[in-house]
Amino acid sequence: MAKRKGIESSIALADSVAMCRVDAISAYPITPQTHIVEHLSEWVNDGELDAEFLPVESEHSAMSAACGMSAVGARTFTATSSQGLALMHEILFLTPSLRLPVVMAVANRALAGPISIWNDHSDIMAERDIGWVQIFAENGQECFDLTPLCFKVAEDKRVHLPMILNFDGFIVSHMIEPIEYWTQEQFDHYLPPFEPQIRLDTRAPSVMGAVGVPEIYYEAKMAQHNALLDSKAVVVEALESLEKEIGRKYNIVESYRADDADVVMVLLGSLVETCMTAVDNLREKGLKVGIVRPRLWRPFPKEEFIAALGNIPVLGICDRSFTFGAAHHPVASEIKSALYDSEKRPIICEYMIGIGGRDIRVQEFEQMFMQLLEVKTTGKALPIQYVGVRS
Amino acid sequence: MLEFRFHGRGGQGSVTSAELLAITAVSDDKYAQAFPSFGPERRGAPVQAFARISDERIRVRSKVYEPNVVLVLDYSLKAIVDVTQGLVPDGLLVVSTGLTPEEVRKDTGWKGRLAVVDGVNIAMKHIKRPINNTVMLGALIKASECVSFDLMKQAVEERFGRIAAVNMAAMAEAYETVTISEGA
Repeated sequence: MAKRKGIESSIALADSVAMCRVDAISAYPITPQTHIVEHLSEWVNDGELDAEFLPVESEHSAMSAACGMSAVGARTFTATSSQGLALMHEILFLTPSLRLPVVMAVANRALAGPISIWNDHSDIMAERDIGWVQIFAENGQECFDLTPLCFKVAEDKRVHLPMILNFDGFIVSHMIEPIEYWTQEQFDHYLPPFEPQIRLDTRAPSVMGAVGVPEIYYEAKMAQHNALLDSKAVVVEALESLEKEIGRKYNIVESYRADDADVVMVLLGSLVETCMTAVDNLREKGLKVGIVRPRLWRPFPKEEFIAALGNIPVLGICDRSFTFGAAHHPVASEIKSALYDSEKRPIICEYMIGIGGRDIRVQEFEQMFMQLLEVKTTGKALPIQYVGVRS
Repeated sequence: MLEFRFHGRGGQGSVTSAELLAITAVSDDKYAQAFPSFGPERRGAPVQAFARISDERIRVRSKVYEPNVVLVLDYSLKAIVDVTQGLVPDGLLVVSTGLTPEEVRKDTGWKGRLAVVDGVNIAMKHIKRPINNTVMLGALIKASECVSFDLMKQAVEERFGRIAAVNMAAMAEAYETVTISEGA
């Protein structure tokens, strides 16, 4: 096993992008993602990284430029957060419809207002429907490991779609933690050079992004939807070859001590790790609690998630962003609708946690689990719990 | 698991000291974390940083609420921050001050293990600036033995380049001269 080194997760992610032999980067700095593009631009400037770095005046331009660079066949990366992601919104729909395998790291952060630079999932949940493959990293090691995975999946000729790597702003991005680096040989073995299936080339002129008249638009969207659904198998395959390469096993749906659990928590992102500590503490007291969570968010791994739940009678679902005025917040909405068609109908309790950087402690997860165990006894679901909010 | 909280002012290097501590622990094959109290960075404003060191993988990602060690880089903060808040009774308080341990006990009410060193004076002597983060790491390591002093010297050398030598000299002086007062 390679020696672990203590390094900030953002820098490790930037290293991983460089080791993927990225050709082109366009980006605009925004907290808490800044360290990633700062380091990449420094390495390009110092001649340590042989890539094009295009500094732009906004995130709208960053994504537009990324599309252009990807369209000519460059392995393309960008990174953003929060308002930056929101400003890209218009172009985010074009990237997958043009079948451009851009990879973007998103350091998840709240959206204004009030102005907040802190972590929650408001930015990415507002972009659920853009047609990108989306995955969550829970710690710095996963940021490093899943970056090459994103390029491998996105550029696969069966996929040819852009992919977002989500990780929590500050909680992961600014954390110094032990990270085990792959060798350059492992990167090169795992991630072959990008061979675009379509590209803009002045020697063989073609059009990308033409108008879609009513006779063709619907079919184009149907094809895009199917391509995104079909990418799931490629993600599974890429995770399997990642395990062969470096020995770490990741799954599109992850379970933690859930096999014989009476109640499980469902959540996304780095708070899974804090929640694991709560699970360990309660398991020591003989309480059967666990975690099941989708690591792959788009396409949503419905069948795998339902299978992973087994026959668990009570489910807690944590949301980290609001869907204002909706019946349910985004993660709960996704999972409840996925379960509606299933024969399994666990009792579901919804929790809102970690909004705008509000810290969540192990004890709070323990209390939530105790509440779920109580629900198992009473058989009655609770209204949505807004954990820790002051009235 | 050992949990650390650092109190300082923006620009003083509190975050860097937490980082160096974690990097050193990881280079010693331990697990560690370091992170700032996230927010806008303002020179002179009170800042906190946190670290954790463990032989096991660390999963918890909340702030540190019940530290085993509190390190105070700027003692004037005691007027506006409760520096011993949550510090466990068998924990360690490390303070940069020219005061005696008795005077610090009187100020803070802290009855446990205490280490004091005149960090700013030592920094002025070697580094010629009142930046006492590496100085205080010397005092911290002597009082807590939380990481290897030799590995910390390596980490400081890698981080500081041409100003590494003065930082190492300052850290060594604090390591040698820190006053440790056992708790009641």
